[in-house]
Amino acid sequence: MITGIPFEILFAIGFVILAPFIGAFIVGIDRKVTARKQGRVGPPVLQPLYDIFKLFEKEKVVVTNEVNFYILSHLIFVVFTGALFFSGGDILLVIFALTLAHVFLILGAYAAVSPYSHVGAGRELLQLMAVEPMLIIAAAGFYMVTESFAVKDIVLSPGLPVMTIPLIFVGIVFVLTIKLRKSPFDLATSHHAHQELVEGLTTEFAGPTLGMVEIAHLYETVFLLGIVWLFFASASMPWIGVLAVIIVYFLEILVDNTTTRVRWQVMLRSAWLVALVAGAVNLGVLALM
Amino acid sequence: MELWVLLIFLILFPALVALLFGILPNSRLRDTIVVLVSAIIIAASLCLFVLFAGAGKVYVDINGDMISQIMIGLEVIISAGLLYLAAKYRQYIIAGLVVVQLGVVIYAESLMQGTEALNNLFIDPFSIIMAMIIGIIGSLICIYSVGYMRDYHAHHPEMPDKRRWFFALLFVFLAAMFGVVFSNNLFWLFFFWEVTTLCSFLLIGYAWDEESRKNAFWALLLNLVGGLGFAFTFIYVGMIDPSGNLIMMDTLLAAGPAIAMIPAALIGFAGLTKAAQMPFSSWLVGAMIAPTPVSALLHSSTMVKAGVYVIIRFAPIYDASMVGYIISLVGGVTFLLASGIAISQSNAKKVLAYSTVANLGLVIACAGIGSYAAVWAAILLVVFHAIAKSLLFLSVGTVEHKIGSRDIEDMKGLIGRLPIMGLMMIIGIAGMFLAPFGMLISKWAALLSFIEAQYGFVLVILLAFGCAVTVFFWTKWLGKLIEVAWKPERMEVKISNFEFSALVPLAVLMVAVCIGFPLLSTYLVVPYVFAIYGLSATLGQANMIIMVMMVFMVLVMPLSLFYFRKNRKIVAHYVGGRPATQDMHFKGSIGVQRPVALGNYYLTDYFGEQRLSHIGNGLCIIFIAMIAIVLILGVGI
Repeated sequence: MITGIPFEILFAIGFVILAPFIGAFIVGIDRKVTARKQGRVGPPVLQPLYDIFKLFEKEKVVVTNEVNFYILSHLIFVVFTGALFFSGGDILLVIFALTLAHVFLILGAYAAVSPYSHVGAGRELLQLMAVEPMLIIAAAGFYMVTESFAVKDIVLSPGLPVMTIPLIFVGIVFVLTIKLRKSPFDLATSHHAHQELVEGLTTEFAGPTLGMVEIAHLYETVFLLGIVWLFFASASMPWIGVLAVIIVYFLEILVDNTTTRVRWQVMLRSAWLVALVAGAVNLGVLALM
Repeated sequence: MELWVLLIFLILFPALVALLFGILPNSRLRDTIVVLVSAIIIAASLCLFVLFAGAGKVYVDINGDMISQIMIGLEVIISAGLLYLAAKYRQYIIAGLVVVQLGVVIYAESLMQGTEALNNLFIDPFSIIMAMIIGIIGSLICIYSVGYMRDYHAHHPEMPDKRRWFFALLFVFLAAMFGVVFSNNLFWLFFFWEVTTLCSFLLIGYAWDEESRKNAFWALLLNLVGGLGFAFTFIYVGMIDPSGNLIMMDTLLAAGPAIAMIPAALIGFAGLTKAAQMPFSSWLVGAMIAPTPVSALLHSSTMVKAGVYVIIRFAPIYDASMVGYIISLVGGVTFLLASGIAISQSNAKKVLAYSTVANLGLVIACAGIGSYAAVWAAILLVVFHAIAKSLLFLSVGTVEHKIGSRDIEDMKGLIGRLPIMGLMMIIGIAGMFLAPFGMLISKWAALLSFIEAQYGFVLVILLAFGCAVTVFFWTKWLGKLIEVAWKPERMEVKISNFEFSALVPLAVLMVAVCIGFPLLSTYLVVPYVFAIYGLSATLGQANMIIMVMMVFMVLVMPLSLFYFRKNRKIVAHYVGGRPATQDMHFKGSIGVQRPVALGNYYLTDYFGEQRLSHIGNGLCIIFIAMIAIVLILGVGI
């Protein structure tokens, strides 16, 4: 079996190098599928990469210099989060690192001191608050199934975790929509003029700064799908997880294209309700068994 | 140095110096002596740490008969004083409580005749941690007060200047706290406990106007109710064991849950009132009427820490019991709801107050579970909270004097206007919630112990939602601080050296503890936990390395600013296509230049103070009633 520290480092490095390309491919497919649903041809699959390359050639325009510092920190901690996850690290630390990364993104938007990015920052913060409980409950769920917070132990444990914590899986898929910035929960900012022309959170980021945000999003997409995969993690049949990831992502695209944005009240209430029900019922049943 | 000398010194020295401060008039001499005395207390606490940190549990054999007599005498005098005040201001309930409490204590004393009290004082690693918190942070707050109180009276000329009284009380407070954490004899602990109640009452009422008097009496009332619970412990102990051996905390703890559960529950109840848990949280929120150093002292190193201290001490008794689980629920519910209320507040001191209540809730949730991992988490939480909260309160106090407001919305762009104060606040806030710092470690261990406890999933859910809420209100505050408009005007203000000499060490301490927590854990927390449970929780070496890595990453990241300051074109922000200027103005209708005003979310419909505190108080009253029922039916043991 592939374990041990050298392999952990190898996985981490592999994630750092490959994730942006895998992420770009996923997002590219996403855009293609979305276009087909709308009767368009759609951009080439690698368009997200071309976009990012172009952003780095643009003029370095900023509102304040400090913004770049926050955004770079955001990018680095998103990469760190994913690397920690794919190297089999502690899932609770992974979740806390992700929170830290998003706090940096929000601070970047605050530091831009502009009405649009300020509102975007507030909404991103609401999204963070909506998602956090479900993530922590999921970590607790994994622990109850496998007696460990370590991702590598969860992967190596016998059986599929989703069989024991199905409700928590449903909850994670629900908040995934928020995390992937998909409609109806793309309140802080949405993709490629999906619902709005002025983006919220990212209004004041341009050129390389925006490029960093986009790269971070690619890394995050791969990491989030990694969490989905973890529910189906099985050392002997890794393809089940991959299949699950594909199905879940297509579901997200479908939801993205068939719903309109909701108010933050609806997002917060529904996300918390799902987390509460999934957590209370699933963890409760596990605890009483 | 002999241990007993050091302990007696730490308790008596501040108390005796207080007498001196009662006499000295406002002068440079007094200010110098305050700094000097604080420095001596810090040195003595460090001395205690250096000499006895590795010594484990050490008892001090002092013949306590005469001291106990003196304490009873003092208690009678204090009660008489309180009765006088209560009568003067028509606080009849307080008068009643004082009388009943004194009666209970004297009756209990009579039950235990012929006690050969030995080992009245002791230290162990946990006491040493607490002594360092009290000695170092408490003394720094005293130093800070010198500068702050000068400004305070300059801002409030109408107020009678009672600074002599103020400094005397601060040091009595520290002395009493040392007494609380060094006492093995529960009578002694109770005496010091009541002294802290008295000091906090007098300090909250410092201004002695209508409002502060009201809040001070309210704090006194709730703490006396708790004190009464504590006093009933003595009757119980005196009845089951007239020899009086169980009055020693170590014998009581060693007696196990079968005997100690009722005292543990009663003292736990007293702890809940002192640690301002729901439904008693209102006294701590009201206490912010006092000058800011008092708030800092109450919230970080004294008072509320006495409350959590006793609960953590009795945690082994709560382990896997019904009573302990319900105490955890009180803590958990308080953690979630008090954090929620903090979202709806824009008054910085109120946000800090509710966050204190919330964090103590988390500590108590851990202590109530009482397993080894939970106690480990609880002690680390106490340490991180003490440092971060004192830093934050003192920063808010200074900023309030300089910008004339304690509203968070008015702290917009503080990092540009008052860079050093802004940085202090950011360090404090980061220490309170941000990932690689402080709290994360404790949350990790807390979650672990909740999962492993029976029915712990309820606490897991409370913690999960509580964490999310915590992130919200701290981040929006951080956001305010860094919202620096184009070319901020530096404020030309002088911050006194006294204030700086407290703030800077606290900020350094915060960073040092974040980096050095593995040492703190290995040399103090783990030995304490191991001595009780024979097991000890650690984060695991790999995780420790990752944590420290993250701390360094965060500390190194600001260096990137050197790169980002080069070759950038700075433009005005986007205001819906209107012509905008870089100093936050845009062209409004009919050509008027308008400033941009930005406000944060407060979500009062969801997290309103009244709504949530009603829910929390109701739930926690039910929980406390359940504890009583469980004890009466005798099923929780």
